Amino acid sequence: MERRAFYRNPVLPWLLIGPQLLLVLVFFYWPTSQALYWAFTLEQPWGGGNSWVWLDNFIAIFRDREYWATVARSAFYAICTTGLSMAVALFLACFVDRSLKGTKLFQSVYVWPYAIAAPAAGVAFRFIFAPQSGIIGSINQIWPGIWDPSTNGVHALAMVIICHAWLGIGYNFIFFLAALQMIPRSITEAGAMDGARPVRRMFDLQLPLIAPTVFFLLIMNLISSFTDSFGLIDTMTEGGPVGSTEVMVYKIYFDGFKGLDYSGAAAQSIVLMFLVIALTFVQFKWVEKRVHYN
Amino acid sequence: MAAISFSGVKKRYQKNDVIHGVDVEIEAGEFVVILGPSGCGKSTLLRMIAGLEEISEGTIAIDGKVVNELEPRERGCAMVFQNYALYPHMSVRQNIGYALKVAGMPKAEREAKVLKVAKSVSLEPYLDRKPGELSGGQRQRVAMARAMVREPKVFLFDEPFSNLDAKLRVAMRAEVRNLHRSLGVTSVFVTHDQTEAMTLADRLIVMNSGFVEQVGKPSEVYHHPASLFVADFIGSPAMNLVRGFFGEDGYFRHGKGGMVNLPGLAKAHLSREVSIGIRPELVRRVDAGHKDAIAAVVDYTEELGASRLVYARADGSPIIAVDSGTDALGTGMPVHFALSESDIHVFDHSNGRRVDHNGRPVRATDTVSA
Repeated sequence: MERRAFYRNPVLPWLLIGPQLLLVLVFFYWPTSQALYWAFTLEQPWGGGNSWVWLDNFIAIFRDREYWATVARSAFYAICTTGLSMAVALFLACFVDRSLKGTKLFQSVYVWPYAIAAPAAGVAFRFIFAPQSGIIGSINQIWPGIWDPSTNGVHALAMVIICHAWLGIGYNFIFFLAALQMIPRSITEAGAMDGARPVRRMFDLQLPLIAPTVFFLLIMNLISSFTDSFGLIDTMTEGGPVGSTEVMVYKIYFDGFKGLDYSGAAAQSIVLMFLVIALTFVQFKWVEKRVHYN
Repeated sequence: MAAISFSGVKKRYQKNDVIHGVDVEIEAGEFVVILGPSGCGKSTLLRMIAGLEEISEGTIAIDGKVVNELEPRERGCAMVFQNYALYPHMSVRQNIGYALKVAGMPKAEREAKVLKVAKSVSLEPYLDRKPGELSGGQRQRVAMARAMVREPKVFLFDEPFSNLDAKLRVAMRAEVRNLHRSLGVTSVFVTHDQTEAMTLADRLIVMNSGFVEQVGKPSEVYHHPASLFVADFIGSPAMNLVRGFFGEDGYFRHGKGGMVNLPGLAKAHLSREVSIGIRPELVRRVDAGHKDAIAAVVDYTEELGASRLVYARADGSPIIAVDSGTDALGTGMPVHFALSESDIHVFDHSNGRRVDHNGRPVRATDTVSA
């Protein structure tokens, strides 16, 4: 039998959850409803009054070749960021898990980047990667012009990807380390007795056992790289040069607030929202069916 | 088959010694059980053979070759872990074959070998199951098969039966014994269960807080304990141990004015504080009129069926006797015992070692013709 406490007063529980409900409604549902409204309507060129246009806004962005280029760029950005961040984090977590020298120190140090706000990191990395003065820019003194993210799109995209991956390493590291430490020590030891070297043990024993965590992080990182890149890109490249770092979330901002195409931007937001919903759905499905050992 | 020899082996964590210098030789093909209470360092010693723990000082040699610096995979040992340590994501077949796969054995050969080993421990029907779908006993068998398939020089068992129920434990004990008989591989088995130790071992190594207390055949260890700890630890009920001292008159004085006439022992043990020990089954019940009868008062009795345990008190010192009598023995009733001097062990209280009847201390590795 489920035991529950009941409030005699029917008003009190609503008062108690009121503040939270208000926050959720004002900051999540109201903006979402506005985006939905704009995505299905179009304002007259001279303003004042929206007319219902059904799916016209969506058809318009789907017909736009530039939009698809942005989607492709976003996918590339997401895959690279996620891959890089997770690979580095896993590599570090494996070393910390083997409790080599300095483990205690690194355990805390690796988490710091996660505490840094994206725009702050963006500004810092702009200095680091600056072609004229930064640390990376110093290679221009040896080979002049070899590094210039302000004119070279590939350089700019690489710079933003590295910065975004760097921000996520701490978060991924914590999860990887926790997962690795959940594996009974004796399993790795049995592997060692069976003759497997550390790298082999990692691929044969540890990685399969932390698969649920890998999958969870994969989804979280993908979502983050689709939605959280705005702060970085706005401070580092503003989508440039020539749109080479313009990802979906930045295009929404740019089309909406610079191009003043509210309806097009709203439609793009809805597309992005569905993408995130789909990823979250996959995540939930997996968590439910997640492989259980023992 | 391989001999293992320890010389001056120590284990140190930070600055604390947990193993204080072990010098033991294990012969090729022998089944040796390391026995001791939890925390005595027995598992640590085993893991040092395996290469899972570093050796802080001294050397361990397998087949005459010092292995201190060798990786576990280079030592030729296979280990059965306490919690089995099976790979949960692999089938039984893959679990058993993993070592061969790592060693790069061709698939066909590997499969044949896995099948053969699985047959020998009757695991054939379960080859495609995951460890999670097996019972405790079956998992135990997989762990053993996984060790066997590599045809190691040495088998190491780290309390492998501690997760099994009593009945299964007895069955697995027999299986391990048979396995050793048929393969003849040097085996080192760690346990805190003395029945397990006594029944399995060719030789026992009894450990206590990082020291080797005694090395010997199970019967030796039982009948001739080399130290107070061994005397107390081995045997159920435990050996009677009474603290006191011998006088010039040949009497052993203990408790509240208790005196036992032991003229043959007294000479060698004058002037030191000792405990004398005797197994409960060697304490004889006698009539009150017996020449050297020790008068005692019954505390309570425990019926065992074929015999009973009499818990009594003689001049304040507790004494347990195995008694085959059938008369009524209630709390508070008088009872009389007699002891033979040859059954009595004398332990020096200053160091806990047994002192033989010539007054010489007995060392851990001394062998006694039992």
